Amino acid sequence: MDMLANLALGFSTILNIVPVELPGIGTVPLPMNIILCFIGCLVGTLIGVLPGVGPIATITMLLPITFQLGNPTGALVMLAGIYYGAQYGGSTTAILVNIPGEATSVVTTLDGHEMAKQGRAGVALGISAIGSFFAGCVATIVIAALAAPLTRVALLFGPAEYFSLMVMGLIFAVVLARGSVAKAVIMILVGLLLSTIGTDLETGQERMTFGFGPLSDGVDFAVLAMGVFGFAEVLRNLEVSESRDVVNKPIGRLLPSMADLKASAAPILRGTGLGALLGILPGNGAVLGPFASYTLEKKIAKDPRRFGRGAIEGVAGPESANNAGAQTSFIPLLTLGIPPNAVMALMVGAMTIQGIIPGPQVMTRNPDLFWGMIASMWIGNLMLLIINLPLIGLWVKLLKVPYRLMFPAILVFSCIGIYSVNNSPADVVFTAAFALFGYSLIKLGFEPAPMLLGFVLGKLMEENLRRALIISRGDMLTFMEKPISATLLVIAAVMLGLALLPSVRKSRDEVFTE
Amino acid sequence: MKSYMVAVAAMALAIGGAQAQSNYPERPVTMIVPFAAGGPTDVVARIVGEHMSRTLGQQIVIENVAGAGGTTGITRGAQANADGYTIMMGHMGTHGAAPALYPNLKYDPTKDFAPVGLAAGTPILVVSKNAIPAKTLKEFMDYAKANASKLNEAHAGVGSVSHTTCTLFNEQLGIKPNRVAYRGTGPALNDLVAGQVDYACDQIVNLVPQIKAGTIKAFAIATAQRNPALPDVPTTIEAGMPDYQVSAWNAIFAPKGTPEAIVTKLNDALSKALDDENTRKRLLELGADIPDAKGRTPRALQQLVDSEVGRWTPVLKAAGVTAN
Repeated sequence: MDMLANLALGFSTILNIVPVELPGIGTVPLPMNIILCFIGCLVGTLIGVLPGVGPIATITMLLPITFQLGNPTGALVMLAGIYYGAQYGGSTTAILVNIPGEATSVVTTLDGHEMAKQGRAGVALGISAIGSFFAGCVATIVIAALAAPLTRVALLFGPAEYFSLMVMGLIFAVVLARGSVAKAVIMILVGLLLSTIGTDLETGQERMTFGFGPLSDGVDFAVLAMGVFGFAEVLRNLEVSESRDVVNKPIGRLLPSMADLKASAAPILRGTGLGALLGILPGNGAVLGPFASYTLEKKIAKDPRRFGRGAIEGVAGPESANNAGAQTSFIPLLTLGIPPNAVMALMVGAMTIQGIIPGPQVMTRNPDLFWGMIASMWIGNLMLLIINLPLIGLWVKLLKVPYRLMFPAILVFSCIGIYSVNNSPADVVFTAAFALFGYSLIKLGFEPAPMLLGFVLGKLMEENLRRALIISRGDMLTFMEKPISATLLVIAAVMLGLALLPSVRKSRDEVFTE
Repeated sequence: MKSYMVAVAAMALAIGGAQAQSNYPERPVTMIVPFAAGGPTDVVARIVGEHMSRTLGQQIVIENVAGAGGTTGITRGAQANADGYTIMMGHMGTHGAAPALYPNLKYDPTKDFAPVGLAAGTPILVVSKNAIPAKTLKEFMDYAKANASKLNEAHAGVGSVSHTTCTLFNEQLGIKPNRVAYRGTGPALNDLVAGQVDYACDQIVNLVPQIKAGTIKAFAIATAQRNPALPDVPTTIEAGMPDYQVSAWNAIFAPKGTPEAIVTKLNDALSKALDDENTRKRLLELGADIPDAKGRTPRALQQLVDSEVGRWTPVLKAAGVTAN
């Protein structure tokens, strides 16, 4: 009952109508918070679609505006809208042009872009919007009902547990591979190596930077992803002059059919659950959500070979996981005042500027803000669905733009986006270098997705391994003594066994046939 | 004749130059914040910058150039044109600890800047997880000395404020605990609240809500006076560690060679911001110390930088920490 009263408070905060003075018109009563929520969602969607320009850069740019609003709830609702709007928009670029704007949309490129190539871009975009909406609604209810008890989950995960979770995540990466397991393992290792570039956290020593300043903070994810996916894809497309597979196909249906929805229902449910759970974890656990969902769907599919060739389950599940995680990652921020990732750290700054210092007491001291944020998430998700479904037709038409016009635009926007991450010109040059690297990978038949996962998890894994060992004074058994950590490691071992068995058996069969 | 022409040209230039200075600022001023948006330094820069923009009549645009403990952004700022259109928000790390931490540092904090003024002091607190039996700083010092080999200290990475200030704390206490590095204060605090690590030193901004909620314990604040944001927390002087006085101050710098008239104008705008009631309220909520009129002058800032470099260099060298 409490929850209903609280939600009522939240919705009344969001729907609150305030008199606003408009120049030339006079004072007009307007539901300001709803308008701000809409602006946030729209801006978020747009920047999500622009390759490279991420939510961090956008929220940073909009921070000064929030000063003028003089309304903390409205300002935060808008910034939150940008964040989950960008998650929606990011999948659009992943599906249409194979560029993952964020770590979480890497998985969407695998089957989403394949679907686009088969003329099913509209269906892929539609199912990702529907899945995201469903996941967003569920995650909002989870936050409203369970935020306080779930906070404990975030505190249960110390360095040892986190390391074991990352090990499990790496096993997912093997399963992600479309072709050879050996090649996937090689790519994961390359990703791990790339993640060790930069200043070592524990000692402050630079590693593998060759004394080159711009490398001292390591390689940025956006730089790597944009290079090996986006730019390399452009290079590959330029090989075949004006005969991009996407353009030649008819556009096909814009919205998913009943059969599509039926096939996606279960993956959306499972993806939502996985994403919501992983989103609560500190240290950016949300990135694992889509990968975990994809792995699960591929493992339980009747015909796993369809994955990587345009399986709708491979879009529906991860997209739901992505959005559920984006939503539940607000839990540690709202209940503990501790930001689990970079975007949430920015939200802390935004709250602080507004005079609200996030902490365990926000829920009791600023209930209108707390519940208003939660109510706005649901409204925001509804708005995103309304904004995105009609846009699908427009996005799909973009594919008809001749490639000679399209690729310069992609490159220019990507360069602007990359520059905006750190205001660093060196990053743009790095991206170009990774483009050549990514292009050679494609030519040699290596897949970049496992490398990106290795890269994302590598840093977290190494740091938590060392943290856990420092705390345990070098005792490796710490990973088996902690029950959560031990469970995760056992699951990882079992999954690795399952992944390797078929290929081992196959190679043995090959030996026998010869 | 020739020399006359030169003299006229020089005079015209001088007048033009003077005019440019008296019209300053004619376009937006960029303030480089050498850390990610949303962090303590960024928040101070945005709060103070907002009011300064009103005084100057031109927007102060915050540009976040993060990296290498803030030295990337400050290096860029130090090399910018000294025309007053690029200024930067430095802090204890970039203008105090950096020379010891980064042997290849491309700027000298004491020589390569035109100091504008101190914006805010952010006091350091010593905190621990709730499970530590000590109740006062004295008890914690005894506990730490007795259990030094088992103790885990959390910090936000080599060269961070929490790392440098705790290096001094450990040295004054004479203990060598295990130091656990995190990527930023957020994750470190998470593990402190969860009890995975034992204690930490950090800026008051990050800690106030947790201390008030009782999720961690505060032993002392490393300033001369108690802080209105946490009136129950004793100072290190009261609590028995009087030499531990540290603050992660934030201050505005311009590149060396910036005309004095411009520096004065900026300092004036900063001082007006620090006198503004609303700005003060916001800074006090963060737990910041607002410098008094004497503490805000460029000269006071130069003295602060000189003394901080002189103080941190031996401490960090003795502890053997370098980041590079």
